[in-house]
Amino acid sequence: MPDISTLAFWLLAAMTIAAAGAVVLLKNIVHSALYLVLTFVGVAGIYVLLQAEFLAAVQVLVYAGAVAVLIVFAVMLTRRGDIRASNLFNINYLAAAVVSLALFMVITMATGRMAWMATPGQAPASNVGAIADAFLGRFAIPFEIAAVLLLVAIVGAILLARGGKEEQ
Amino acid sequence: MENIFTDLAALINGFLAGAPPWLQTLAMGIVYLVGVLAFIFLNAIYLIYLERKISAYMQQRIGPNRLGPHGLLQSVADAVKLLGKEDIIPRGADKWVFIIASVIIFIPAVMVYAIIPFGKGMIPVDLNIGVFYFLAVASMTTIAILMGGWGANNKYALLGSMRAVAQMVSYEIPLTFSLLGVIMLAGSLQTSQIVAAQSNVWYILLQPLAFLIYFIAATAEVNRAPFDLVEGEQELIAGPYIEYTGMRYALFYLSEYANLVSVSALAVTLFLGGWQGPWLPSWLWFLIKVYIMIFIFMWLRWTFPRIRIDHLLSFNWKVLLPLSLANILVTGVGIKIYQLLTLGRW
Repeated sequence: MPDISTLAFWLLAAMTIAAAGAVVLLKNIVHSALYLVLTFVGVAGIYVLLQAEFLAAVQVLVYAGAVAVLIVFAVMLTRRGDIRASNLFNINYLAAAVVSLALFMVITMATGRMAWMATPGQAPASNVGAIADAFLGRFAIPFEIAAVLLLVAIVGAILLARGGKEEQ
Repeated sequence: MENIFTDLAALINGFLAGAPPWLQTLAMGIVYLVGVLAFIFLNAIYLIYLERKISAYMQQRIGPNRLGPHGLLQSVADAVKLLGKEDIIPRGADKWVFIIASVIIFIPAVMVYAIIPFGKGMIPVDLNIGVFYFLAVASMTTIAILMGGWGANNKYALLGSMRAVAQMVSYEIPLTFSLLGVIMLAGSLQTSQIVAAQSNVWYILLQPLAFLIYFIAATAEVNRAPFDLVEGEQELIAGPYIEYTGMRYALFYLSEYANLVSVSALAVTLFLGGWQGPWLPSWLWFLIKVYIMIFIFMWLRWTFPRIRIDHLLSFNWKVLLPLSLANILVTGVGIKIYQLLTLGRW
């Protein structure tokens, strides 16, 4: 009988990739968004296998939970009459191929160069404290800058949506 | 009496003594799941009865009183009736989304019970990120409601689910922030440790504001009046649930009451000392406290009229959110001052 965690990994990986494929290939944009939930949950499952429960919970709360908002925007912003043909292919195959290939190469190189640490034995029982130390200690400034960046993005989005010069 | 449930679990575990470890883990997991499901079903059935009785008393009516003594069997009869109803799927519906939504709504409702300490040593899974797990899993409810509302292909259902997203995503934030005060005091996300930390003083005394914010936000999260805009019988005729019939409708109803019990149980765990109490068995204390919380939720529901959607959202962003942030700040400063006074250092 094979190792259960290996089996679980392959099942989760297959589910994640199949769901990610469905996100791209399905023609109904709401179905695509729902498969995105499945993709994120699959990734969260892989985090659980790596004993990073906190990260898995963040993945579910932040990414999978936010898909609800994504769907609302998809419904509100889709101008097509027929929702069944709201996520179609277009004809820019060449540009898409170039961009995807470049992205794929960057990711492959990045993962290839990474020196993977194989931790001996068990991971620590609780990694919440370590994550907090990293966020609020060593990486406090990048963390805060990212927060300000997000705030700017939100304010900008609201301004764009409301229209800057609209008279009250 | 105290150990009745832990003894039962130990007994079942004893049967499996010779089995391989993975089988033991699996079997015990199923035992816990069955226990939690029984808890949810029994509670939900009698909460519906309780809600009808309480609403009746508040409106000077009698409420269900025909089936069984004092109408105690009314909910059972209703459940049987729902089981026998035809399962109707509208022709224009997004069929699979519509069907799956009624099942998915129940998954987070059950999963959150994993970290609830029902009594001394009676916690299904003692996760070290307990409270955070609860919040993460509970956030998936929004998607299920949205799926139901979208799948029905009905304008009232879609409007209701749009409201659900606006309301539940917004109120999640003060809900989470109100729990941070407790987590800072306990120094842990683990529900068993938070209960243990309250052996001297319940956190409702140290965090009254956080409790109030949690209570309001939780009412909004479980879509109960005065925050039941998602269903809004008078304007949206039950919102996302409008096209559901029979057992699918019952699943939505069931998970609504399951969520009511779980947010009450979380309030008891974090603010009311969990299962701790004198004389009576710990699980009985837990149940008594949960039912006090549920009674307050019902009291609120039958006392206040529904709030308007723009008031609902501005109340969240302009009142609850700043208050919960201030509560975190005051708690942090308070902890440091306390440490300075007692330990003589930060």
